[in-house]
Amino acid sequence: MSEQTIDLKKRRFLTQATSVVGAVGTGFVAWPFLSTWKPSARAKAAGAPVDVDISKLETGQLVRVLWRKKPVWIFKRDAETLKSLESESLLEALADPEGSGNSKNQQPKYVTPNYRSIEGKEELAVIVGVCTHLGCSPTYRPEPGAADLGGDSWKGGFYCPCHGSKFDLAGRVYAGVPAPTNLMIPPYSFVSETLIRIGVDPVTS
Amino acid sequence: MKTYIKIKLFLVALFLSLGVLASGGELHLEEAHTDISDTASLQNGAKLFMNYCSGCHAISFMRYNRIAKDLDLSDSAVIENLMFTGEKVGELITTAVPEDAASNWFGGVPPDLSLVARSKGTDWIYSYLRGFYEDESKLFGVNNSVLPNASMPDVLWSLKESQSETEFDQGVRDITNFLDYVGEPAKLIRTELGAWVLSFLALLFVLSYFLKKEYWKDVKYGIWRSRE
Amino acid sequence: MNKKQNWIDQRFPLTKTWNEHLAKYYAPRNFNFWYFFGSLAILVLVLQLVTGIFLTMHFKPDAANAFASVEYIMRDVEWGWLMRYLHSTGASAFFVIIYFHMYRGLLYGSYKAPRELIWLLGMALYIALMAEAFMGYVLPWGQMSYWGAQVIISLFGSVPVIGPDLLVWILGDYAVGDPALTRFFSLHVVALPLILVVLVFLHIVALHAVGSNNPDGVEIKKTKDKDGIPKDGIPFHPYYTVKDIMGVFVFLIIFCSVLFYAPALNGYFLEHANFIEANPLQTPDHIAPLWYLTPFYSVLRAIPPMFGSQFPGVLAMFAALLILAALPWLDRSPVKSIRYRSSPFKWALGIFVISFVILGWLGMEPVTPRNVLLARICTFLYFAFFILMPWYTSIGKTKEVPERVTE
Repeated sequence: MSEQTIDLKKRRFLTQATSVVGAVGTGFVAWPFLSTWKPSARAKAAGAPVDVDISKLETGQLVRVLWRKKPVWIFKRDAETLKSLESESLLEALADPEGSGNSKNQQPKYVTPNYRSIEGKEELAVIVGVCTHLGCSPTYRPEPGAADLGGDSWKGGFYCPCHGSKFDLAGRVYAGVPAPTNLMIPPYSFVSETLIRIGVDPVTS
Repeated sequence: MKTYIKIKLFLVALFLSLGVLASGGELHLEEAHTDISDTASLQNGAKLFMNYCSGCHAISFMRYNRIAKDLDLSDSAVIENLMFTGEKVGELITTAVPEDAASNWFGGVPPDLSLVARSKGTDWIYSYLRGFYEDESKLFGVNNSVLPNASMPDVLWSLKESQSETEFDQGVRDITNFLDYVGEPAKLIRTELGAWVLSFLALLFVLSYFLKKEYWKDVKYGIWRSRE
Repeated sequence: MNKKQNWIDQRFPLTKTWNEHLAKYYAPRNFNFWYFFGSLAILVLVLQLVTGIFLTMHFKPDAANAFASVEYIMRDVEWGWLMRYLHSTGASAFFVIIYFHMYRGLLYGSYKAPRELIWLLGMALYIALMAEAFMGYVLPWGQMSYWGAQVIISLFGSVPVIGPDLLVWILGDYAVGDPALTRFFSLHVVALPLILVVLVFLHIVALHAVGSNNPDGVEIKKTKDKDGIPKDGIPFHPYYTVKDIMGVFVFLIIFCSVLFYAPALNGYFLEHANFIEANPLQTPDHIAPLWYLTPFYSVLRAIPPMFGSQFPGVLAMFAALLILAALPWLDRSPVKSIRYRSSPFKWALGIFVISFVILGWLGMEPVTPRNVLLARICTFLYFAFFILMPWYTSIGKTKEVPERVTE
């Protein structure tokens, strides 16, 4: 054959077919590279659930543990404190008292909205101690009526020194402060009466 | 030109094969015949290792939950059968023997065995574990034909006594198999993945071959054919 | 598309570069198997750069953590094992490709005028690549990493007068240790990759300035048509782009076969001793660099100590490497390609290749009297190839070189 008619259709088809299969191949190759960024087994192990023994925890005492590199507060509230968490004047001062507005993703489904704890174990609070504004760790101010926090209107809670955000003893954010949402409640469950496990949801029966 | 290329290729092949022979070494090792795809063997090997070896030897690049995942075991099965010291299932498998104590007790520190299958090979491990013999002059009353004057006691002697020769042999093979897996856990999926990759590449090659042939028609007899 | 193209072209020579170096760059029509390896070298360079970047995200370059961090990559990092094997197999693949690429130069006289500078830039690349590979192998901090480094760097200590001080300066310490590891990491990850990329760019610029040689050694620019296009030339794009892509897949099939079925290649690509962490108190039975450096290691070991110094051996090793650069001036033959060369040259080349391969094999073997004798003979033959070249390329009958390429 000394003359050639170029079959453009065949060329286009072959080029496109090779390009498409090549692009798919490139995707297959890219996947492992991108996956190397996922948390490694070491990171996952470091982020493993933390067990906390609460047998010696006294009411009012705050225990801090580290879970996934964040501070988690564990403390017991007495009956009087629990009652004050439902008072009208407090609920009016909060930004999202039901936890169904901005703060709807700040707690697992199994914590009750009024005390933000597990049903049947209301006195125990387990709260991630990281301010939802810019990440400082608020200070524990449980005494009601503190003069610098509003006197009588202060029922006890947490005060963030960085920009002045305030939270109640269930970790709910006050209205009119820089922090936009309630403090986060981590997944947690009771392994036994005296042992809680942070990072694992309760087994549903 | 062709003849001396053939001579060169032959000599290269000859010397490559000589290279393989030359690195054999003076030590006679029995073949381990391990099969890393035999999950039951790996599970038994894991159990034997944790019971008889992990008291002194760490495999500190391995995690318990990796063994669970790779050997088709649940986390709780691993916790029950392979973990004796209260760590968490995501942790590395270390040993409790402090180094200075080990030096005193054994005259040497029991090495970490994570990579022994890659540095010494499975045949070595298999032959070593079967190579203990009585020697009154040694600290623990045994010596080893593969590693003369080894500081290690014959930890498997109770199995040797209570089991038949084939059972014991299989147990040693299982431990060796397990250590082969520990040396490179990715080996379990590597070859399978390779088959898929090579098939995909073969497809790409076929497509690119036809693409090349089509365009090169121009060069063979088309617009770019040879000209005077 | 044309509007966007215009916008760019008014500000950047995109179309001009595309034409000058691809669509209207004319390469000889008769490229064969030996001409795949340049583009494959670029492919593997990119592979090493990308996998190296991803490995650096997890590797810890200090003596206490380096070895463990490699095992962390192999086990805990998702797909980390693949990154590691791509990089280690890639390193050996790089040298296979480069040796084939250089051999093409020997076969077809690609180093001869006017292409001497391409050859010299290639030599610089070869040396830089060996340095890069050597330092890369130290990083995992295994027994071979440590002791290989110890042996090779202590050679610098044999330089007369300044040797011992030079050695301490290179190591930043009195022996191979953490300072050496960290500085090798910096050189391996930043400095040498930059140098390699720049040299590759210059190498290609020098090539395009003159145009490629070909298996017949015919200068295609000597015979042009009325449009100024070499009659034996074809546009690089699409013909060689499409052919090189095909070559890439053949290479990848071979590469992936090794990667997925035998990444350590029984100790040739990943040495057994390197799966033991570096121990300054215990030397392995058998220290050897990886296969691609062994020919020169053999030359080093073949020369006995003289006047109480290892320095002559060191000089011989570097001479063996650098003498390759002199090829364009040693070769006095008027003929480029082996297809038309005299019989003496063909024999010389054959003996050279065989000696080089034997030296390579010997470098992996222990030192025995028989091996030393063989190494000395092969070292002699190796140097003879170059030193006698002005003579044997001037004698013997060459065949008549055609005016136009043969297909």
